[in-house]
Amino acid sequence: MANPLPASFSSSHPYRGMATNGQGFRRLNTVVKVAGIFTVLMAMAPLIVILWSWGSDQTETWQHLIATQLSTLLRNTLVLVIGVGVGVTVLGVSLAWLTVMCEFPGRRWLDWGLMLPMAMPAYVLAFVVLGIFDFAGPLQQGLHAWLGSDYRYIDVRHEAVVIAVLVLVFYPYVYMLARSAFLAQSTDVMEAARVLGANRWRAFFGVALPMARPAIVAGSSLAIMETLADFGTVAVFNYDTFTTAIYKSWFGLFNLQAAAQLASLLLLFVALALMAEKQSRGRRSYTQSGRKQHRFRQQLSPLKAFAATAFCSVVMLIAFILPVLQLLQWVLVEGLELIDARYLNLLWRTLLLGGSAAVLTVALALLLAFSRRRAKARLRTFYDLGTLGYALPGSVLAVGIMLSFTFIDNQLIAPVFEWLSLPPKPLLLGSVFALLAAYWVRFLAVANGPVDSSLQRIRPSIPEAACSLGSSGWSLLWQVYLPILRPGLLTAMVLVFVDVMKEMPATLLLRPYGWDTLAVRIYEMTSEGEWQRAALPALTLILVGLLPVIQAVRQSAGR
Amino acid sequence: MRRGLRYSLLSLLILLVACAEPEQPAPELLVYSARKEHLIKPLFDRFTEQTGVVVRYVTDKAGPLLTRLQAEGENSPADLLMTVDAGNLWQATEVGVLQPVESAILNSNVPKHLRGRDNSWFSLTIRARTMVYNTDTLSASDLSTYEALAQPEWAGRLCLRTSKKVYNQSLVATMIATLGEEQAEQVVAGWVDNLALDPFSNDTKVMEAVALEQCEVGIVNTYYYGRLKKQKPEIPLALFWPNQQGEGAQGRGVHVNVSGVGITRASQNKVLAQQLIEWLTTPEAQRMLMDLNQEYPVNPGVEMNAELQAWGLFKGDQIDVSEAGRLQAAAVKLMDRVGYR
Repeated sequence: MANPLPASFSSSHPYRGMATNGQGFRRLNTVVKVAGIFTVLMAMAPLIVILWSWGSDQTETWQHLIATQLSTLLRNTLVLVIGVGVGVTVLGVSLAWLTVMCEFPGRRWLDWGLMLPMAMPAYVLAFVVLGIFDFAGPLQQGLHAWLGSDYRYIDVRHEAVVIAVLVLVFYPYVYMLARSAFLAQSTDVMEAARVLGANRWRAFFGVALPMARPAIVAGSSLAIMETLADFGTVAVFNYDTFTTAIYKSWFGLFNLQAAAQLASLLLLFVALALMAEKQSRGRRSYTQSGRKQHRFRQQLSPLKAFAATAFCSVVMLIAFILPVLQLLQWVLVEGLELIDARYLNLLWRTLLLGGSAAVLTVALALLLAFSRRRAKARLRTFYDLGTLGYALPGSVLAVGIMLSFTFIDNQLIAPVFEWLSLPPKPLLLGSVFALLAAYWVRFLAVANGPVDSSLQRIRPSIPEAACSLGSSGWSLLWQVYLPILRPGLLTAMVLVFVDVMKEMPATLLLRPYGWDTLAVRIYEMTSEGEWQRAALPALTLILVGLLPVIQAVRQSAGR
Repeated sequence: MRRGLRYSLLSLLILLVACAEPEQPAPELLVYSARKEHLIKPLFDRFTEQTGVVVRYVTDKAGPLLTRLQAEGENSPADLLMTVDAGNLWQATEVGVLQPVESAILNSNVPKHLRGRDNSWFSLTIRARTMVYNTDTLSASDLSTYEALAQPEWAGRLCLRTSKKVYNQSLVATMIATLGEEQAEQVVAGWVDNLALDPFSNDTKVMEAVALEQCEVGIVNTYYYGRLKKQKPEIPLALFWPNQQGEGAQGRGVHVNVSGVGITRASQNKVLAQQLIEWLTTPEAQRMLMDLNQEYPVNPGVEMNAELQAWGLFKGDQIDVSEAGRLQAAAVKLMDRVGYR
C-alpha cells in the first residue's frame, strides 16, 4: 500500500524515457557522466592522499596506542556515535512529526523555530553550556549563594552532557529532512492504513516512517559523520575520542603519517556503516501516488497539545534561546568596540564564501546525483565514495586537500610556469579557488542528501510525459526537473551555506591573506580560552546563519 | 529560476576573476603565524609605520602551518614562521623549513639558550609555567617544587590542564631532560593520583577550580593569571615560583617556554625578514609584546612592566628550550602511560 506502483517499475531510472530522445540529449548525457566522474575523483583525491600514509611503517605508534589509550578511545567514540545517532533520530523525527502532522498552540512558530539551532556551531554551544553550568558559571554560583557553604559543586563535564550538546546541535539535520519528507507524504496513505485496521502507532511505524526512511537516514548519517569528525566540542569537555588520538599523533608526536592512518580507519568505519544501511534497506522503494495530495493536521486534545508545546519549546529554549542570551550577555560585558570596517569586511567575506560555495556545491551534487542515476548498479558505490570525506576531522581533510593541491601545483603547474619562463608560484594553494574546492569536497555529502532524496521523488511518469510532449535535453532539465527539485536544492543550499560559515579548520589552513571569516575570528579568541571575547563573532555568525534558514522556512511554508 | 541560476553563475565567475589580486609594488613580507591576530597585528602595524614594509600574515595552529610549509617546499610564499612553544620551533628546524640567520643584533638581544641550535629561530617572549594556589587555604610556605606535588599529602588537592596541551608536554619533556625518564614518570604518575578533578581544557578553568576550593593548587602560565586577576581582582589566588632553592634539579628554576620566529628556507626576502626579527627584539617591540599579553621579554636589557614586577622576580630554568621539542614525543607517551588525560 505504501508502494502503489509495481516495484519493478518504480525502481527504474526516473528519466528512462528520455534516452530515446535525439542526439542533443545523448551529448548532454555524456557531459553529465564525465563531469560526475570528475567530481567524484576530485572529492576522493584527499582521501587517497590519506590512504597513501599506509606506505610508511608506524608500528611503534600503533603499539603505543594499543598499549595505552586505544580501547578507551574506541569505547568513547562508540558511546558517542550511538548516543548521538539515537538522540538526533528520536528528537528530529518526533519534532518533525509533531509540527507536520499535529496542531497545537505555538506550532506555527515552533515549526521554523526548531530549525534555528542549525545555525549554532557545535563548539559554540559547547563553550556556552560550560560557561553557564560550570563551577564558576551563573547557575552554580547562584546555587552556592543561595545554599551557602553546604552547596557542593557539580562537575558537568560528563559523557551525557557531551552527547546532549551534540544532539542539540545536530538534530536539525534530521528535523529538516524528515520534515520535508513528511510534508511530501499524503495523509491519504495514513488514513488508508487506519481504515485497514492499524492503530495510530502502527500506521506511523508501518507506513509513514518507512516512507520517510531515506530522508531520516540521510539526516542521521550526517549527524553521525559530524560527530565522528568533531574535535572542538569534545576538546572543550576534555572527552577523548578517536579524533583526539588523530590530533595527538599529529601535534604531540609530530607524526602526520600515523594521524592519517588513524583517520583512514574512521573512513572505513563510515563506509561499512553506510553499506550496512543500504543492505538493510534492500531494494524497497517508495513512490507517492499521483493523486492530489491531502494533508489534515490532527487536532490534539488539550493535555496532549500542552505536552507537545512544552516539549518543542524546551528543546528550542535549551538548544537556541538560552545560548543566544548567554552570548548576548557576554557581548554586552565585552563591549562592541570590535565592530569596525574590518569587522564588516569579515562579515562580507563570510557571506561571499558561504554563498558561492553553496551554489557550487549544490550544482555539483545535482550533477553527481544525475550521473549516479544513469550509472550501472555496480558503479553506484563508486559515487557514494565521494561523500565519505565528511566524516574526517576537519584539519585532516584540510591537509589531504592541501597536499593534493600542492601536488598539482608542484608537479603539473610549476613545469608550465618554468616553460613560460615565469617565476614559479603556487596557483591553487593560497587562492580562493582552493578554499571553494575544499568546501565542496567537504560538504558534498551535506548537499547530496536533500538533492538525492528530492530527485527520488520525481516519478518516472513526469519526464516520460514531458518527453512525449516533445521536451528534451536542456529544456527538460530547466522546465521540468528544476522546478520540481527546487525545494530540495534550496534545503541543500541552506545546509551548505550555514555549514561553510561555521567551518573552521579548512578555512584556517587554505584561506588566502585577507579572507578571514567569522569562524576564524572565533578560533583566534577561543584557542587561548577567551570565550567571552568570542561571543560577538559567534553571535554574528548565528544571526547571519539565521537568514538563509528563515528564507528556506518561508519557501517551504507555502507548500 | 533560469535567470536566477544564470546570475549566480555569472557572479561566481566575477568572484573568481576578482580574486586574482594585482601584484603590489610595495615591499612586503608574508608571515605564517600560530600567534593570534590581536597579539601580532599591532606590532606589524608599527613596523610598517617605521619601515614602509607591509607585513601580511595567515594565522592557524602550528601543526597545519608547518605541514603547509613542508608541502609548499621551495615554492612557499611565506617568509617567516611565527609560533608559540619551543617544541613547534624545534620541529620546524627538524623538518628543514627554516634557514639559519647570522646577526650580531639578534645574538646580543636573544640569550643563547633561547635560540635554535643553528640560529634558525629566535625567541621573542618567555612564558613561565608556574603554580597558582588558593590564598584562603594555603600559604606560600606549603609549596616547594613541581616534584613535591606528587607526594601523597597532596592527594585530592591538585588541578591540572589536559596533557594534550603543548605547554604541559613541554613541562614534562624538560622534566625528562633533567630528572631522567623513570623519575619523571613517577612524578607525573603522582600528579595523576593527586588530581581532585579530571584535567581541564584550559588554564582559566584550572584557576577557577582552585579559587572555588575544588582543589588548592594548579599549574598555569602566568599571563592567564594576569588576565583573570584583571577581570576579578578579588579572586583569592596567588602565584608561586617553584624550584627556586636547593641543588641540581631541585633548584633548576621555574619551567619556561617561549614564543619565537624563524625565516623560511623558501623566503625570497631574507634581508627584510631579518630586519623584522631584529626589530621584534628591540626594546620598543619587546615592551609592546609584554604589554599585549603579559609575557616576559626575551631581551635581557628590557625592564619588566609594573604588572610583571608585582608578580615577583624568579629564577627560570636555564635548560636549552630545544630539549622540550626533542623530548616532546617521549613526554606525550609518558603521560599516556600514566593515564594523564
